[in-house]
Amino acid sequence: MVKRIVVGAHYGLRDWLAQRITAVIMAIYTVIAGAVLLPGPPLSFAVWRDLFAQGWMRVATLLFAVSVAWHMWVGVRDILMDYVRPDGARLALQVLVLVTIAAYLGWTIQILWR
Amino acid sequence: MLLPPSMANAAIRKPRPKYLNLAALLFEIRLPLAGWVSILHRVSGALLFFAVLWLLFLLDRSLSSAAGFESVKRYLGVPLVKVSLLVLIWAYCHHFFAGVRFLALDLHKGVDKDTARITGIVAIVAGLAATALLGARIW
Repeated sequence: MVKRIVVGAHYGLRDWLAQRITAVIMAIYTVIAGAVLLPGPPLSFAVWRDLFAQGWMRVATLLFAVSVAWHMWVGVRDILMDYVRPDGARLALQVLVLVTIAAYLGWTIQILWR
Repeated sequence: MLLPPSMANAAIRKPRPKYLNLAALLFEIRLPLAGWVSILHRVSGALLFFAVLWLLFLLDRSLSSAAGFESVKRYLGVPLVKVSLLVLIWAYCHHFFAGVRFLALDLHKGVDKDTARITGIVAIVAGLAATALLGARIW
């Protein structure tokens, strides 16, 4: 019988798989963004603002941000599970990380839909 | 108990148990190449987690107004800021290439020792090369 603890992994494929799927989404966004932005001339505010004014760019960036958030949660949680042994400290740090990620995501939405 | 000569010699030469300390971790225990790819993946990931705060701040400022955009541009011109950005660019690039390698390994591609070693070198070099390329672009 596996001894299940509340701050342990969730003993399944879900988080592992989510980290891989979000990785692929971020990689696609990265390659496209790199291909669009890199060869171009130095950015001006007008170009930058117009880029983020388009609906598809906002949705794509939100999708990227959600992927980052989810991916980051699994990754940082793995680090905490490896190095922080006392359950209380681990839970506290995990909550802190979750709150931070939620704040990141809220801020991102605020920036995109201003 | 009978041991093969090589094992018997090793047992005599190496004192056991071996206690870990900082000096041993830094100078004595050498990570194999794949280990370096892996630990740098973790370190760069942790770094990026903290960096999101700063990057969102930059995105927020740059999209707020023309004046905000110009202030971000000036801010990113400060040498120390540029170096910090370059470190983050490396972290992102290494995380990207090492991550693609891990995805391939998950699909059982390139698992044998020789291929894994080559792709490990490629991941590290590609991360550094992309950093140099992007660094040249922002400088």
